[in-house]
Amino acid sequence: MSENNSMPKENLLSPRNRKLLTDPLGKDNPINVQVLGICSVLAITVQLRTSLVMAISVVAVMGFANVIISLLRHTIPPRIRIIVQLTVIASLVILVDQILKAFVYDISRQLSVFVGLIITNCIIMGRLEAFALNNKVWPSFLDGIGNAAGYGWVLLAVGFFRELFGSGTLMGYSVIPQFMYDIGYEDNGLMILPPMALITVGIIIWVQRYKDRRLIDIS
Amino acid sequence: MEELLNIFVKSIFIDNMIFAYFLGMCSYLAVSRTVNTSVGLGFAVIFVLGFTVPINYLLENFILGRGALSWLGPQFAAVDLSFLTFIMFIAIIAAMVQLVEMIIEKLSPTLYSSLGIFLPLIAVNCAILGGSLFMQERNYANISEAISFGLGSGVGWFLAIVGIAAIREKIRYSNVPAPLRGLGITFIITGLMGIAFMSFMGIEL
Repeated sequence: MSENNSMPKENLLSPRNRKLLTDPLGKDNPINVQVLGICSVLAITVQLRTSLVMAISVVAVMGFANVIISLLRHTIPPRIRIIVQLTVIASLVILVDQILKAFVYDISRQLSVFVGLIITNCIIMGRLEAFALNNKVWPSFLDGIGNAAGYGWVLLAVGFFRELFGSGTLMGYSVIPQFMYDIGYEDNGLMILPPMALITVGIIIWVQRYKDRRLIDIS
Repeated sequence: MEELLNIFVKSIFIDNMIFAYFLGMCSYLAVSRTVNTSVGLGFAVIFVLGFTVPINYLLENFILGRGALSWLGPQFAAVDLSFLTFIMFIAIIAAMVQLVEMIIEKLSPTLYSSLGIFLPLIAVNCAILGGSLFMQERNYANISEAISFGLGSGVGWFLAIVGIAAIREKIRYSNVPAPLRGLGITFIITGLMGIAFMSFMGIEL
């Protein structure tokens, strides 16, 4: 059994629980360090708005999936746990998809298949396997939110740079003043194309590892 | 026939799963350390995609889509089960992956042990589910088009992972800046490969 069971009266935001929330933002980031859930980071970050919607969707799915799996952790037979996890995630994603279609239809069209692909986002499966299956509900919830937020900030950062340099706008509002264009500034069309997403993430990883030398890959 | 070839070539080079849509990046980054394992995983992906896309195509067109159940009788013509697609697709994929896992374990235990954890992870490889979802979105006309799309996407993924694995084997002898080593440089190389693949854009057969 997990350690958490031995101290039932633990404070809701004790140092250990806070660590669950903050570690994934930095040195345990799901994207930069654990290399999980890359696909959607790259594909939907052309604009900040889609990145934001995607980040919120993942936070919702991941928080609830961790809670549900953690509640069921004593009843799931280990042999079929993958199917059970996929079913739980898929149901939550269907909910998110229907909500997006109902309230922000145009963004839902832009995200196209990538809402469905939240199901196969490895971060969610990875955290369910590694954490929610052996931990109590509240820490699992925090772990889910923390990891999804770690995923979200990278998503927003990539979306920010790509939209700023690619189309000179942020959230659809133009931020590069007109006189810049008059003196010869051009939007960098390359930033909108898929390959630049990869290079942007590469540079984010570079900066992060330069700041925190412990993360450097020695192999 | 020409149309099938067109879809095949297009899904390998232009709509490449990795370079155009970034699907299946997790296993792409994790398993591309050596060429041998990446060849194995690449074949597994081709195989799984080649089966799941047509199966899901049938599922979509005869059970889940709007009016797809009308072969049962006129009273079913208005039934629309399309909200169930995610869950049905993923169930088919999980079952197929289980099957592939058993076949590989039987035929090639060395490959099985070298693929290790990544074989079950094909179930959560976005490229597989992505293939089915793109198939649904693009409304292919018949099942042979769906097969050719599935196989083509698999081959494209295979090419990408074998290419990056070969480059990573060589780059081990290069002097990469320390913070960029491993993950960072792999991302940047993939980006450059993606730019190269963009030169295929606009090819029509």
